[in-house]
Amino acid sequence: MTLTTRLKTGIAIGALTTLLAGAAGANTLRMADSSDIAAMDPHSMTESNTIGFLNHVYEGLVRYNQDLEVEPALATSWEFVEPTRLRFSLREGVTFHNGNPFTADDVVASLERAAHESSPVKSNIPSMASVEKVDDLTVDLILTGPDPIVLNYLTNIHILDREWMEENDALLPADMRGGRENYAVANSNGTGPFILESRQPDASTVLTVNEDWWDEPQHNLTRIEFSPIGSDATRIAALLSGELDFIMPAPLQDIDRINRSDGAKAIIAPALRTIMLGMNQTEKLHNSNLTDANPLQDRRVREALWRAIDMELIRKKIMRDMSRNSALLVAPPVPGYDAALDVLPPADAEKAKALLAEAGYGDGFEVGLDCPNSRYVNDEEICQAITSMWSRIGVKANLSSQTPSKHFEKVLGGGSDVYMVGWATLPMLDTYSVLSALLHTPGERMGAWNPGRYSNAELDALTAKVAVELDTDKRTAMMTEALKIARDDVAIIPLHQQPLAWAVRDGVNIPAAADNKPRLWYATID
Amino acid sequence: MIAYVLRRLMQSVLVMLAVALIAFSMFRFIGDPVNSMLPENASVEDRQVLREQLGLDQPVTTQFAKFVTGAVQGEFGVSYRNKRAVSEMIAERLPATLELVLAAAVFALLLGVPMGIYAALHPKGFLANTLNVASLIGISVPTFVTGILLILIFSVWLNWLPSFGRGQTVDIGWWSTGFLTVSGLKSLILPAVMLGLFQVTLIMRLVRAEMMEVLRSDFVRFARARGLSNRAVHFGHALGNTLMPVITIVGLQLGSMIAFAIITETVFQWPGMGLLFIQAVSFADIPVMSAYLVLVALVFVAINMIVDLLYFAIDPRLSVRA
Amino acid sequence: MSLEAFPQSRLAAIIESDLFYKFRTSWITVGAFVVTLVIVLAAVLAPWIAPHDPFDVSTLSLWDSELPPVWAEGGDPRFLLGTDNQGRDVFSAILYGSRISLAVGFVSVAFAMVIGIVIGLVSGYFGGAIDAFFMRIADVMLSFPTILVALLVSGIVRGALPREMHDSAALIVLVFAITVTTWVQYARTVRSSTMVERSREYVYAAQLVGRKPFAILFSHILPNVMGPVLVIATINLAMAILIEATLSFLGVGMPPTNPSLGTLIRVGNEYLFSGVWWVVIFPSLTLVALVLAVNLLGDWLRDALNPKLR
Repeated sequence: MTLTTRLKTGIAIGALTTLLAGAAGANTLRMADSSDIAAMDPHSMTESNTIGFLNHVYEGLVRYNQDLEVEPALATSWEFVEPTRLRFSLREGVTFHNGNPFTADDVVASLERAAHESSPVKSNIPSMASVEKVDDLTVDLILTGPDPIVLNYLTNIHILDREWMEENDALLPADMRGGRENYAVANSNGTGPFILESRQPDASTVLTVNEDWWDEPQHNLTRIEFSPIGSDATRIAALLSGELDFIMPAPLQDIDRINRSDGAKAIIAPALRTIMLGMNQTEKLHNSNLTDANPLQDRRVREALWRAIDMELIRKKIMRDMSRNSALLVAPPVPGYDAALDVLPPADAEKAKALLAEAGYGDGFEVGLDCPNSRYVNDEEICQAITSMWSRIGVKANLSSQTPSKHFEKVLGGGSDVYMVGWATLPMLDTYSVLSALLHTPGERMGAWNPGRYSNAELDALTAKVAVELDTDKRTAMMTEALKIARDDVAIIPLHQQPLAWAVRDGVNIPAAADNKPRLWYATID
Repeated sequence: MIAYVLRRLMQSVLVMLAVALIAFSMFRFIGDPVNSMLPENASVEDRQVLREQLGLDQPVTTQFAKFVTGAVQGEFGVSYRNKRAVSEMIAERLPATLELVLAAAVFALLLGVPMGIYAALHPKGFLANTLNVASLIGISVPTFVTGILLILIFSVWLNWLPSFGRGQTVDIGWWSTGFLTVSGLKSLILPAVMLGLFQVTLIMRLVRAEMMEVLRSDFVRFARARGLSNRAVHFGHALGNTLMPVITIVGLQLGSMIAFAIITETVFQWPGMGLLFIQAVSFADIPVMSAYLVLVALVFVAINMIVDLLYFAIDPRLSVRA
Repeated sequence: MSLEAFPQSRLAAIIESDLFYKFRTSWITVGAFVVTLVIVLAAVLAPWIAPHDPFDVSTLSLWDSELPPVWAEGGDPRFLLGTDNQGRDVFSAILYGSRISLAVGFVSVAFAMVIGIVIGLVSGYFGGAIDAFFMRIADVMLSFPTILVALLVSGIVRGALPREMHDSAALIVLVFAITVTTWVQYARTVRSSTMVERSREYVYAAQLVGRKPFAILFSHILPNVMGPVLVIATINLAMAILIEATLSFLGVGMPPTNPSLGTLIRVGNEYLFSGVWWVVIFPSLTLVALVLAVNLLGDWLRDALNPKLR
């Protein structure tokens, strides 16, 4: 594990500078993810692994800390001067990686860029009307209406240097129509704890430490070398053979092997993403022997399907004791969650059969089940197990597992009967995300992920109230109430929260984060 | 002569058009990229707007016409996933794939030719039989199994060779090469072996068959009659006559190795065009996929055309048929 | 080539003498034959000899998942080669998987052979525009690697079918893709042999006595070109099985709910480091044994039928 190994990942060029950097970099962290970061431009995509990586280079006005609480970042404080006018005081003395000072102009340009008509991330800052510079270190964000969670949104909106964008003709995000490449896609200039040194897409992206970072570093890294490795087997092989220090994700079935090996261990922690089954609740099923009625419209049938799934068995056998079964649609850290409601009765096939018989489907029926095959942890295996469990109560699920892009195309096109979806509530980190996207009757920017067209007037009314309620306690109580209604009506079948599963070489310390975004500015190498 | 060349060119153009149509129509069914490009909370309206931006709402014929016009100029648009010009991304990855294919071809020749010669000279020997069976095992094991085994043995157990990537590369102009550094060469070994193994059998059998045929020819008999040593006959006369068709076939195989590199690159995370293609497939990144297919087809058509024209130039008898 | 008047007897003569002599004297060939026979029989008889029906989901239980083979510690006598992550019997899965792999192989080879022979005979016998047309198509097909053509064809066909049919039609799609990819070799070989045979005296004689072209093609020329066709067919059977496995490995072949050997390997591959080695090793071994055995048979057949290599 000498110099050669350290330099292994392809670094183009200047062998000498690389050598020096590598030699000085006693604390190089070599990491691999299953897919490459999509681009260096934080306003060009919304992939969570890319955003997680870019958090090391770029920063927002606020950020989530390790406990997923909003804390000051480039803004030091904020206040609502009016219900729709949020004033930020900006941090003094911050510089971008190219040496330019950070000022209000940068914030204005960046927020306008993110919210621009052609920006793919504009729905991540939905309530912004405009942004105004007050003075060099003060900025006003004007909202279209009261928005209790605007700060949560802002954790995800990175700030770029205005001068740099102007110089490089990158003031607007990449526009797909132009067919033109945006300078910011391959280059970067942020304020974050690490600086982009080189990037070869699909091969390696190298960051070096930012000595002039405004925050007190709690890490001792000097260099991060990122490689994407799609094949699980190859990624684990590289960790076990000492070519890597940190991999994510580590497949659950290999955790044992990693922990038994010399020199590597797994990091397992509960994560935010709740896996669930949405259901077609329109007049007809798409893939069934029944053509005249949709049994899923009957609450008793939905409950029967839920009761028939033995989540305890799935947790034990497929998730290897690492998942957290859930009776609610959100994970514990999400505001609105209530432990008292999160009680999952044990699976009961007899009860399920009785419910089916009561609903008039004692002989069972056929129903389509759609699953992605590589989007969530062991997604395909879970669906296969569910197929087998449902067959015991007479429900024949016609399972179709496809690539994520095909799966979501079919699901969102409304062609599914029962479909698997995972929801982390990010970037909002709030139950409102579930209410507005998954449970609200579709239409008017609501219910975008409710292709089964579940509709409940009571829930819709509550959702509208939650959207504008600024009193945190009242708001949380309303969201809890909404989760209870959804649970009692079995609007969607919740399965579990999948775990975060990483693995590191011994001596590497990385705090786990429930949003599955490593925060390497807290990482140390012994 | 000119007429033949022109006709051959026309044919190639037609083939390319057919490929473009196939590539294009295939990708219309891979999946809708819009869902993977927008955040989870994007609205139905946002999706529709993006679809219009990408031209996905236009009639298929319009989309195809646009595709072909662009392709002719080397323009394949911008990758949905990486937001970069596809032509540039392909150019970046071309060296990795070509170096891998080259190394694999050299490996296959270095192993296959001597094995073939031996098998031809000692057709009944025990070693020849063993080589024969061994080479058959080489083509009977699926390449993806071979690759994983190589990693398991040489990276995880023995810790000799890296399991992924290209190692350190050096840029010569726009070409990035892994041939000039130790880590680059070490990284090349396992992938090249995996990709080359399949070809070893082919080459060995070809060399054996050609050589046995040449050895029976009058020309070799005369050489023996002149009292030349076995060694001189085998290596001076027979081998020389054997190698020409072998090199032709290996040339033709290069194209298929580029295609098989998809699997090798997936297993070894080799940053070449095949990996780009497979990643594009899972993201439904249509511009990248179509560019890859058209490019591979172009390489094939070009190689085939060159071979045909060469044969035509060498062997005037073919002009009768043409 | 001999100039016998009754060419059928030539093939018979070879079979009677040389072919079987070579067969008996090569223990490798005998071994390959036995292996092929065992796997084919096991696959054909799978519904009767398999201890479980691995694809009847209602009999699967997660409680039985990832049990090792019987002889290993913790093995369960109900599951000879252990179980996979869904509690499916690996031995039964291999039997049914071989069945699918072989079905894809045999059926696609049969189709490709019939199509290739007909086109080859017609092209070679009539020549002219028909010949030019088919051979141009053949040129195009030959100029692409089989795996890429197979990927393309299966992609297009899948695209043309409604999604619900993808899994149920997977087998047909695979057969179609492999057939489209491989008929060319037969056509080319048959065509060139036909062109040689066409000018032979017996064909000339048949024409003189007024036999119809198609009668001549099928009763006179066909038997003479069957030798090389059989060799190609055998080798292509091995290739078809491998292509199927590779497509399934890349995720465009058989679905996990109705797996071929390739699908079993793809799924099992994910468990390589987890210690559940039996889910990937046994299907891989079966596949390699089958393909190797068929390849060896093809090899033997070619050497035996090709007088040049004697």
